[in-house]
Amino acid sequence: MSPLADPVVVVVGAGPAGVRAAEVLVRAGLRPVVLDEAERPGGQVYRQPPAAATGLRFDTYGFERRKAHAIHGVLVDHGAGIDYRPRTLVWNVFERRLDLLTPQGHAELHFDRLLLATGAMDRVVPFPGWTLPGVYTLGGAQIALKSQGIAIGRRVAFVGAGPLLPLVTHQYAKAGVPVVASLDATPFGTKVAQLPGLLASAATAAKGLWYVGRNAARGVGVRHGIRALRVEGEQRVEALAWRDASGAEHRVACDAVGASFGLRVEAQLADLAGCRFAYAPDARQWLPERTAEGRTTVPGVYLAGDGARIGGADVAELQGRRTALALLEDLGHAVDAPEAAQLDRALARQARFRRALDAAYPFPSHLLDGVADDEVVCRCEGITAGALRRAAREKDVREVNRTKALTRVGMGRCQGRVCGEAAAELLARACGMDLGEVGRLRAQPPVKPIPIVASTA
Amino acid sequence: MGAAGVVHDDSRAAHGRASLEGQGRMAGLLQRAIDRSAPAVVLTIDGEPVQARAGDLLITAVLLHRTALRSFEFGPGARAGFCWMGACQDCWVRLADGRRVRACSTTVEPGMAVLIEGEPAG
Repeated sequence: MSPLADPVVVVVGAGPAGVRAAEVLVRAGLRPVVLDEAERPGGQVYRQPPAAATGLRFDTYGFERRKAHAIHGVLVDHGAGIDYRPRTLVWNVFERRLDLLTPQGHAELHFDRLLLATGAMDRVVPFPGWTLPGVYTLGGAQIALKSQGIAIGRRVAFVGAGPLLPLVTHQYAKAGVPVVASLDATPFGTKVAQLPGLLASAATAAKGLWYVGRNAARGVGVRHGIRALRVEGEQRVEALAWRDASGAEHRVACDAVGASFGLRVEAQLADLAGCRFAYAPDARQWLPERTAEGRTTVPGVYLAGDGARIGGADVAELQGRRTALALLEDLGHAVDAPEAAQLDRALARQARFRRALDAAYPFPSHLLDGVADDEVVCRCEGITAGALRRAAREKDVREVNRTKALTRVGMGRCQGRVCGEAAAELLARACGMDLGEVGRLRAQPPVKPIPIVASTA
Repeated sequence: MGAAGVVHDDSRAAHGRASLEGQGRMAGLLQRAIDRSAPAVVLTIDGEPVQARAGDLLITAVLLHRTALRSFEFGPGARAGFCWMGACQDCWVRLADGRRVRACSTTVEPGMAVLIEGEPAG
């Protein structure tokens, strides 16, 4: 039996992982608390327009519409069975307490079990012009369209290194927005080589090919193997220039650019909760350690979805369910073993597909080889690659938190979400070390800016 | 810049596309790709009334009319948001009532008074 009579189980995040986890917990007779920063459930992948945004008739979710609508419905359908608190930011984890910023102000929440489903954001690489108005991440460009019906410009160019590139290109073209370039920084050959593994999830592979085919039919061909890029403009985006695999330069006039290079985990809360991280060479990222069932190195703290390792929305749903079962088991509940085994099999199948997808779209680290000294790495405070390299050279810095202390890279409002990985890549190059040897930026509370009045109220 | 009392609408139907695009400050960074019917919401940007629609995020409402949300406080240039998901903290804007809000996660409200200090003209 459970040692806790009435445990407080808190889920952070209402994307596919958090929502499915909450559903399993409620089915077991618990009343989980679900904290989410957004106004409505869905996370970023199934992000919904604001409730007041009526009349937006656009097939926002494409092939995924049934999954999206199912995720949107879960928290609503369970009504009071789930203590769902939207518009609530978790900005700190301290022992068994969360610090929250709610619509009513500052609050604390004790937990007995914590399931973090904090998702991912675009992985960013600095390039000349990347801070100009009109440059957004690919994910940002997609959210503008699906949550607002908004295009980031009138002549748009996209650059990427993952399956999001053909998808966003397709969605913009379908909405009637001229897409003047769609550039993939990874080579075409890696995708061909990974076709057998990609067929482990034939339906997903087929959807990807369908987007590529639709884009080609509209005359928007994706160019592969981009070596370098540059956005030109004075007050705003005026053109995108790039160098292709053969070394030839190209330039296209445009007024907006969507550019990002895969995804990165949003794992600050796992860090503050004390979870151990490990460097994953295949992902070229530090990731919180997580068992296949979702347990971390901290008893009572669990991880599911893209916040632990990038796996996509389908994996997030499966992990959300599987991790909730592990949490219940640890609470002393009897868990349906066949259900757990079935989830484990589905996750193993997805992992085979994911390995092939990751190999098809390797992180384009070559884009960081040519970063000039005057280029901005930290967009919060305008700190350049040159400042970072100078600190490495003159102060013999070989660790990224030391770089942060000396240059303020990663100390700005975003807390290193945008620049942290790029700074580590540049530091590793400057020191002639492997990326895994220069460390990772430690998370600091508050993980996002909070008003002082709120924190002292 | 409009005459006193004129409210600038972002919709193509109200003013036509040419008037939207060719007029200096009136050419916003973003465009409404999918038209939608929703009640009009009037806000002000540096004192000038402009029109948005219910359910527009503040980043949408401002950048349909302007090319930036704020000037960059550590150097030259301006900023207009980046990630649209509350992560990068690039889209904070100042309101005349003293609040600072993240434009990508704030829904526009009638009468909101946005201040964009040092926004470059054009």
